[in-house]
Amino acid sequence: MTALETAVDDRIVHRINPVAKLAAAAVLGIVLVLSIDAVSAGVALALEALLLPFAGVGPRRLLARTWPVLVAAPLGAITIVLYGRPSGETYLRFLLVEVSDGSIALAVATLLRVLAIGLPAVVLFLTVDPTDLADGLAQVLHIPSRFVVGALGGLRLVSLFAEDWRMLELARRARGVGDGGRIRRFAGQAFALLVLSIRRGSKLATAMEARGFGGPARRTWARESVFGRREWALVLIAVLVATAAVTAAVATGSWNFIGAV
Amino acid sequence: MSRPAPAGGVAVEASGWGWRHHGRGAWAVRGLDLRIGPGERVLLLGASGAGKSTLVQALAGVLGGADEGEEEGRLRVGGADAAAARGAAGLVLQDPDSQVVLSRVGDDVAFGCENLGVPRWEIGARVADALRLVGLDLPLRHPTSALSGGQKQRLALAGALAMRPRLLLLDEPTANLDPDGVVEVRDAVDRVTRATGATLVVIEHRVETWWDLVDRVLVLDPGAGLLADGRPGEVMREHGDALAAGGVWVPGRHPVAPARTGAPGSTLVRTQDLAVGRAGAVVRSGIGLAVRAGECVALTGPNGAGKSTLGLTLAGLIPPVAGAVDAAALADGLDPAPIRWRSRDLLTRIGVVFQQPEHQFVAATVRDELAVGARALGLADTETDRRVGELLERLRLGRLARANPFTLSGGEKRRLSVATALVTRPRLLLLDEPTFGQDARTWTELVSLLAALLDEGAAVLAATHDAPLVQALADTEVRMPRAADEPLAVAAP
Repeated sequence: MTALETAVDDRIVHRINPVAKLAAAAVLGIVLVLSIDAVSAGVALALEALLLPFAGVGPRRLLARTWPVLVAAPLGAITIVLYGRPSGETYLRFLLVEVSDGSIALAVATLLRVLAIGLPAVVLFLTVDPTDLADGLAQVLHIPSRFVVGALGGLRLVSLFAEDWRMLELARRARGVGDGGRIRRFAGQAFALLVLSIRRGSKLATAMEARGFGGPARRTWARESVFGRREWALVLIAVLVATAAVTAAVATGSWNFIGAV
Repeated sequence: MSRPAPAGGVAVEASGWGWRHHGRGAWAVRGLDLRIGPGERVLLLGASGAGKSTLVQALAGVLGGADEGEEEGRLRVGGADAAAARGAAGLVLQDPDSQVVLSRVGDDVAFGCENLGVPRWEIGARVADALRLVGLDLPLRHPTSALSGGQKQRLALAGALAMRPRLLLLDEPTANLDPDGVVEVRDAVDRVTRATGATLVVIEHRVETWWDLVDRVLVLDPGAGLLADGRPGEVMREHGDALAAGGVWVPGRHPVAPARTGAPGSTLVRTQDLAVGRAGAVVRSGIGLAVRAGECVALTGPNGAGKSTLGLTLAGLIPPVAGAVDAAALADGLDPAPIRWRSRDLLTRIGVVFQQPEHQFVAATVRDELAVGARALGLADTETDRRVGELLERLRLGRLARANPFTLSGGEKRRLSVATALVTRPRLLLLDEPTFGQDARTWTELVSLLAALLDEGAAVLAATHDAPLVQALADTEVRMPRAADEPLAVAAP
């Protein structure tokens, strides 16, 4: 008998229940927004960097997927250096710009924090398969299956949107309305894409209903979503990282509860 | 592992059944009385708009409740009310892309079983059985996005099959497939119905595909019950003319292609050692071909051979990966490469009809849609009106002039998409699968329109799977093999 399998890859990271990854990212995220200081975020980021080689993602793919975070974090930090709440010694003043000890410290803390929260979230979700996530949300967290499975079906349509958008663009060039007027054309194209996706969506809904979706039967699950030892282990790792970060911050006296400077 | 004995088919009964979609004046189906015995294989025919799809969706229990429309009479599947029996019948629809629910083959087949509450230990066996029966020999993890059209339709069939339906409903399952895909799906349905004994109801314009497989033909009369009911041969003898007039491809009665009077003239576009592809990835290289004025070139070959990509490249819509498209004869002072032309410059030179008409609609009414090209050219209003009026009449779109293009039927959309390209009188017209999913009537209209264009000296290049279209129009057939390194075969068809 053939069992339907979860995950495309056999490596452990890929097989860990996505709900555990969600929980791990949430633990780090929630704990690290409680304080804005460089120490807790720095410790968390350092520990995360040590764990990165085990994330099941090659350096190339890692860079390709995390670059928005890597770009946004320093940009945000620069803004804070220039405009952040000033305190301590001031180094530069120009119009609204004021670079001070306070704004520099805040910027460093923010930079580290964005990275410490953003990187693990992105990295953990790189190895999540949407189908497995839906299985987990429905079976482990008991979120209503209509909602979860419906969203999963809709997600598949997203891949068709990119191709639709490309064809819409080419067709506008062919129809003689492709010169200039970029913004207006974008609006028209976006509307056409909306119409197309609604039509696709309703066709998919019919196909799903024809296969008994939304029927009276109590739904079963072909793939069992297990939350076992390795899932708890991942959550535990996240808890340990968060604890280490908070402990270090409190010990060095830099912990400030939600920016209470 | 043993497969359970075939569950057999189930009877379908309609008595005085009718359905009117919400907000419509006319009934889609009305006064329908019929009985289909268990295990019968029925081909359901009728003119476009006769309510075939409505009936099939009602049998599948997916028409919706009272807020979706008004029902009268009774429709029963296996003695139970059809609306309450969702999941008892398996339904396969026309569009391969809109039926795949999940991203892995095995999961997608299992989807229906899960919804029906089949226990997990049994789902695996059902999935394996269904995939074997439709002949999809793929790993369960295989991504559904990597399947061909024919494979997607067989996947949809497997998904329906895994639910062990005793009634199988197919709504134009092969209309969007290439010839290989059509045969794949037909053969799979044949195996499935033999193995399970399920009752079969199939809708298809191209009757020949199913001719040997069905034992009964039903013809729906728009809003008035049944027009005909009998063995395939009988029905065709007695109602062949009416069916052909209604758009059905009656076997042995193929639409006649108009005689052509023109002869090919000078070369308009030529390529040498052209490589085409998308996003830098080469789909095919070493392409050398020429299109002459007054000539119809048919690009044929299996899905994935690069027909559409070549068409878009010739049309100046995507840049060649290597080599160049030489359209000096059309350029009229511009650069010989169409990709360097402005969008507006394309209009009088190269017209394009996309495979999906919806992609090229930009206006809110049919009339405005036709005027778009003319206005972009800067034609005077009187000239624009004249050309638009002429095309509206010629393509039977006059009564739809104020309708929204997106609300038209499939055939109407196709006619409109061709008309939008013709309004600026391009000297070369490129069409991508212009006859996909079209009934015989629209097909005939398209062919005579294209023949007239060719006689007037325009060139036509059509990427197509449609053998009758190639026979009717093509002066040259350029066959693109699946293997990218195999050379093109150029010949008279």
